[in-house]
Amino acid sequence: MHEFQVNVRAAIARARVRIKGTIQDPAWMIAEMIIPMFSIGGFILLYRALGAPASYSGFVIVGGTMIAFWTNVLWGMAAQFYWEKEVGNLEIYFVAPISRMAILLGMALGSIVTMVLRVFGIVLFGILLFNVSLNIVDPIAVAIIFTLTLASLYSLGMVFSSLYLLWGREAWKLNELLVEPIYFLSGFFFQIRGNVVVPLVLQFASSLIPMTFGLDGLRKVLILGQGLQSVLLEVSVLIAFSIALFVAAHYVLGYMENLAKKEGRLTLRWQ
Amino acid sequence: MSNSVEQQKRKVFDLKTIEVENVSRIFRISSEKEILALDDVSLHVKEGEVFGLLGPNGAGKTTLIKILATLLLPSKGRAFVAGHDVVKEPAKVRRVINLVSGGETPGYGSITTRENLWFFSQLYGLPKGESMKRIAKLSEDLALQEYLNTRTHKLSTGYRQRLNLARGLINDPKVLFLDEPTLGLDVITAKRIREIVRNRVKNGSGNSILITTHYMVEADQICDRIAIIDRGRMIALGTPAELKKMVSKQTIVSIETQPIDGGMDFMSSIAGVNGYSQTDEPSTGRIKLKVVLNEEGALQNVIHAVSARGRIFEIAKSEPTLEDVYIALVGKGFE
Ligand SMILES: Nc1ncnc2c1ncn2[C@@H]1O[C@H](COP(=O)(O)OP(=O)(O)O)[C@@H](O)[C@H]1O
Ligand SMILES: [Mg+2]
Repeated sequence: MHEFQVNVRAAIARARVRIKGTIQDPAWMIAEMIIPMFSIGGFILLYRALGAPASYSGFVIVGGTMIAFWTNVLWGMAAQFYWEKEVGNLEIYFVAPISRMAILLGMALGSIVTMVLRVFGIVLFGILLFNVSLNIVDPIAVAIIFTLTLASLYSLGMVFSSLYLLWGREAWKLNELLVEPIYFLSGFFFQIRGNVVVPLVLQFASSLIPMTFGLDGLRKVLILGQGLQSVLLEVSVLIAFSIALFVAAHYVLGYMENLAKKEGRLTLRWQ
Repeated sequence: MSNSVEQQKRKVFDLKTIEVENVSRIFRISSEKEILALDDVSLHVKEGEVFGLLGPNGAGKTTLIKILATLLLPSKGRAFVAGHDVVKEPAKVRRVINLVSGGETPGYGSITTRENLWFFSQLYGLPKGESMKRIAKLSEDLALQEYLNTRTHKLSTGYRQRLNLARGLINDPKVLFLDEPTLGLDVITAKRIREIVRNRVKNGSGNSILITTHYMVEADQICDRIAIIDRGRMIALGTPAELKKMVSKQTIVSIETQPIDGGMDFMSSIAGVNGYSQTDEPSTGRIKLKVVLNEEGALQNVIHAVSARGRIFEIAKSEPTLEDVYIALVGKGFE
């Protein structure tokens, strides 16, 4: 029980540090809300010029906000332990009597809180600037899909972070590699899964990414005005992804820590 | 009766807070190259003791500290901290230790000193009141008070290192590992750190400290016992006085000369010379030689050999220091 309490304290503290560090820079927060407007605006204008249905503009807003989350998962979560190692923080986490998962979880929670603030801004700007309308009939379904999407995304971030414990620059490259293909595969701007013009292989690949289901689900409940009934598949897949990835993160982290202790790679400097 | 015997036994057992048994550590650099960073080291540290690991760069000091702090696995041997096996029970070990690596400045630059310290305290689950009390006490001890509300990326390196030491003390660790804690610090901060180190083990606190350093004088001043390590092997162990006694039969002389062409290698071949070290004195452009002689008579040979190669400015006999112990054991100085 005591141990559990210590871990909860550590996770909350880690989350708070991240939130404080981020919101101390309001100008940057605002900038991060406005920057996505360029690509969002570009796609919206393109769709309108092509005479696409009005709902497509909504898809773009949803996709744009999810891109923000994905970028954050890659650079704020996955690369995090690598960065902590650089500044000497990893060592202090690993000599402390806490579960390393508590630190990862705290990091994820902190990120989610700051990201939700940002995303709220992006959606607001998008709606106001481009006159996009949402069509929500089931707010609970929205909350469920949104929460599960974030849970699965950040669990994936925790897996990456653990993998990157041992990799240095390689991790950077992998991160860069993961940006564009995931944008495409998960269908940020248009649907891949179930889309007749997209090859089946790609459709299959896209269904391996939790984000795909999150985006599909969000489109349905945010824009197409559907309810929980119609997103049951997305909900169950996202639950499965969240649990599996969280458990995987736990094992990968344990395995990587042990490997790092064996190979002497938990810290960068040794002189 | 039996109770007190039990108690006495317990006491003897409890006395050892660190036990290192035949620990070796190999680093594999490539498929052909391996480094034997620690070679069959055994030692123990007692409660209430400041124990020093003294040795040149690359001797294996940090490697041993990392093994004890559960950050690195030994290749061979066993080690215990507060009675817990560092390999099999790392979680139990972590509850009673902390580690400060000199030169490192962990924490988050975008939050204040106080927020950082609070964060560190949460890694040990300290309740708020307790945490605040310790932050107040530590910032007083380390003269950090005026910077408590400053974001730490604005602090000078010296103060960031003080903050790191405060972090290491935040959980009041029974066993504290200090890896070159005064590395690169100004004299005032270094002195303060030495005082804090001595205060922690004072009068029955039950605390102990394992400190690594390559500053001889520092080791002499603050350590109760010292292990001298060289290339992974422990070559001497004892109190500073005991170690210095090892060279009490030998003669130690300092010689100031001009720089000598072709280096000092000839020294090793002079009969009666046990070892020597040399340091440049940039202010005068001269060289300071420290020579450990097995017999006083050998001084003649040394003076003869040196003066044949360069001018001698000064010769003085000196009291043994830890440096001389090292020179006598290894045949040369640290660098
Ligand atoms: N993680 C590591 N990987 C490879 N070699 C290492 C590692 N850590 C230490 N070494 C090597 O082991 C030896 C001992 O290093 P270290 O324990 O850091 O010495 P010290 O702290 O006494 O200066 C050195 O030769 C060093 O280069
Ligand atoms: Mg070292």
